[in-house]
Amino acid sequence: MTLLSVTGLGIDFGGLKAVDNVEFSVEPGEIVSVIGPNGAGKTTLFNMISGIYIPARGRVMLAGEDVTAMAPQDLAARGLSRTFQNLQVFLQMTVLENAMSGRHLAERGPILSDLLGLPASRRRSRETEAEARKMLARVGLDRGAERQASALSYGALKRLEIARAMAAWPRLLLLDEPAAGCNAVETEEIDRLIARIAKSGVAILLVEHDMKLVMKISNHIVVLDHGEKIAEGAPEEVVRNPAVIEAYLGSQGGKEATDALG
Amino acid sequence: MRTLSPKYATLIALIALIAVAPLFFPSTFYYRIGALIFINGLAVIGLVVLIGYAGQISLGHAGFAGIGAYACALGPIYLGLPPVLSLILGAVLSGAIAWLVGRPILRLRGHYLAVATLGFGILIYMVLNNESQLTGGPDGMPVEGLGLRELLKSAGFEIKASKLWYWLAALVMLVGALLALNLHDSPTGRALRSLHDSEVAARSVGIDVARYKLIAFVISAIYASVAGSQIALMNKFISPDIAGFLHSIELLTMTVLGGAAMVFGAVIGATILTALPQVLTALHDFENLVLGLIMMLVMIFMREGLVPSLARLVRRRER
Amino acid sequence: MSELLQFILSGITVGAVYALVALGFTIIFNASGVVNFSQGEFVMLGGMSTVFLLDAGVPMLPAAVAAIVIACAVGITLNKLAIQPARGASVVSLIIITIGASIFLRGAAQIVFDKQLHRFPSFSGDEPFVIGGATILPQSLWVIFGAVAVFTGLYFFFTRSLMGKAVLATANNPLAARLVGVNTNFVMTLSFALSAAIGAFAGVLVTPITLTSYDIGIALALKGFAAAVLGGMGSPFGALVGGLLVGLIEAMTAGYISSDYKDAAAFIVILGVLFVMPHGIFGRATVERV
Repeated sequence: MTLLSVTGLGIDFGGLKAVDNVEFSVEPGEIVSVIGPNGAGKTTLFNMISGIYIPARGRVMLAGEDVTAMAPQDLAARGLSRTFQNLQVFLQMTVLENAMSGRHLAERGPILSDLLGLPASRRRSRETEAEARKMLARVGLDRGAERQASALSYGALKRLEIARAMAAWPRLLLLDEPAAGCNAVETEEIDRLIARIAKSGVAILLVEHDMKLVMKISNHIVVLDHGEKIAEGAPEEVVRNPAVIEAYLGSQGGKEATDALG
Repeated sequence: MRTLSPKYATLIALIALIAVAPLFFPSTFYYRIGALIFINGLAVIGLVVLIGYAGQISLGHAGFAGIGAYACALGPIYLGLPPVLSLILGAVLSGAIAWLVGRPILRLRGHYLAVATLGFGILIYMVLNNESQLTGGPDGMPVEGLGLRELLKSAGFEIKASKLWYWLAALVMLVGALLALNLHDSPTGRALRSLHDSEVAARSVGIDVARYKLIAFVISAIYASVAGSQIALMNKFISPDIAGFLHSIELLTMTVLGGAAMVFGAVIGATILTALPQVLTALHDFENLVLGLIMMLVMIFMREGLVPSLARLVRRRER
Repeated sequence: MSELLQFILSGITVGAVYALVALGFTIIFNASGVVNFSQGEFVMLGGMSTVFLLDAGVPMLPAAVAAIVIACAVGITLNKLAIQPARGASVVSLIIITIGASIFLRGAAQIVFDKQLHRFPSFSGDEPFVIGGATILPQSLWVIFGAVAVFTGLYFFFTRSLMGKAVLATANNPLAARLVGVNTNFVMTLSFALSAAIGAFAGVLVTPITLTSYDIGIALALKGFAAAVLGGMGSPFGALVGGLLVGLIEAMTAGYISSDYKDAAAFIVILGVLFVMPHGIFGRATVERV
């Protein structure tokens, strides 16, 4: 069954149609990238799918269930996870605690048990810590996991957010510009990390400007411009699409993207 | 050398301070101040959960102290309850009111939340102040004591009231500290602390933000209530000022002074601001001046509070 | 009917004072994002300074003007020494700093002045006017028209003058304002001076009616803050509406229900409004971009 299906999705801000009539789907284990110029509505689209905005029009279906107006915490319970364009790391907590918080739904229990420090509560924390350390190792942050998150570099924080989002092994991971603001080295690290995640079977919906990464891992690309979908298809088709080149890639970018396909 | 976990380090430090302090007391009067410090410390630990962990704010928390205090004053008279049960009743009442009132109030953020909690505190104060038939009004009312001294005397153990209250209040505060420290490293604690930094990210990992805000509010209300009850029982007298705005601000300042995020910092804050007025009674007219000055200076120059800032200074010196 | 009118008139009078205090909160909040809990102390300074200057033999008008200038100086100093060094601190820290400042100012006032209640004579005598069966003191009219003058004057200042527009620009986007050459530090200083002046002006006007003492600041700050939030934090028009509403609710409650609970009534209404309109009546919701 299709994992994510978005039909006729739209929302308005003031008089502006920020997103209008967007339609696409993601199969289990598939990697779908959403590209387009800044202001095309990509993050708004993400915010609608992840429950931060309620769409004005259209539907979002997750594994056959209508989740259109569902709150983020309920979506998390259904295996949907995301990262944020402007980093929403828990800076006051440690790196380890950030990763552990990703497993909230798995580790939560009776408050009284937590207050009294009962063995059951401590066991839950220990199990969460073990899982979190494994995930941190996968993203390369297992050393110094007891440091406060605010001590990390920007690129490391981006990876930490991914670790937090992955900690509960979601079915669908939404990555909102995971390499934004990163230098070349950090971008390279994140690209490799995402490719590893893709291999693990988690479906990914990716917003990115880094065409090299997009070309390399996407099964399928959706192109947005001015809130509407202007193209969709396999990477090789999309990158040659004249409308896409005109709106976003430019002829040089189009050539680079085609080259990236190798 | 294995470093001690912060939780046990805090508890040991607190126990050490509690045990050692009386050796320096020039008179038994200081036992009373100590007891007051521990009672305030308890209320402030509750505020650490609300402000330091969950990142909320309350300008009216003394209201819950008032509920706890007057429960102990009125329970024995109108319900025939012994003082300890009245204390429990007060805690349950505070928790229930926090639950009811917290749901709508905690939907507000920042300054709007501040005003709502302010209004709540003032309303409690006003009811206590105006219903003089019941509460004795602004002049206050007497409170039946715990009767613990008499109980111990009948068992052959004599102890001064101030000393008894010192150890009693210390015990209650230690229990409160233990609970808060347990909470910090627990799943619930992590959920609460995520609220401090990013509600939207908290939601994205499945945390029911509204529910956890409410949990923090209720827990801190119960702490404040027990503290208020203790003041009433210790002084054998209570007046509505215990629920007033100034008391709320004192509690808030104690919380932030020492370091809002940490139990130990909170106790230090409580110590400083409880002991200070005693030290300043000599300069009674300058009390406001000095208090205001301290509040401003600490918040400007040591933003995270005394304990974290000093800790950082020590670390830097060591390098 | 005349009873209702009586309550309305006294409600508008005290509401005018709250509106002025709320306006002070709003101006500083707009310039710096700080809620200045020592706003009430400016009202106290206005009244108390005037009293002591009059006692020292200074005539009424120069005394009042000097009192306002003193309050301005205090406001500017407060900004320089307590607020600006704390830029970037959390909401809780800033609240404590300004409350600390208000306690400090109160402490200073009790030493420099004294702890007694004071007043000075009304500007136009105490013979009340009769309007529709209700009475109103001449001084109350001074308060109301004073508030109207301040609000009108500031309206023109903010919308017609270049300096005023600079202040609005800073409130809207400090970085952008700096980039187009607005001296944002000066704007901050000006905002504190303006808020202090407004507060002191209110203090001078209302002292003949309510008397003044070293500790009247706190109740006024609480009510003024609540009024500003009710109207929507950051909206000058909201400050006016909020202040008048709080004043009217107080007067109605005192008149028809019980004078004991008049303070409570205002807060109950504010809580009610906030539950339905979480950003106050005219407040703008801030959008968090993720």
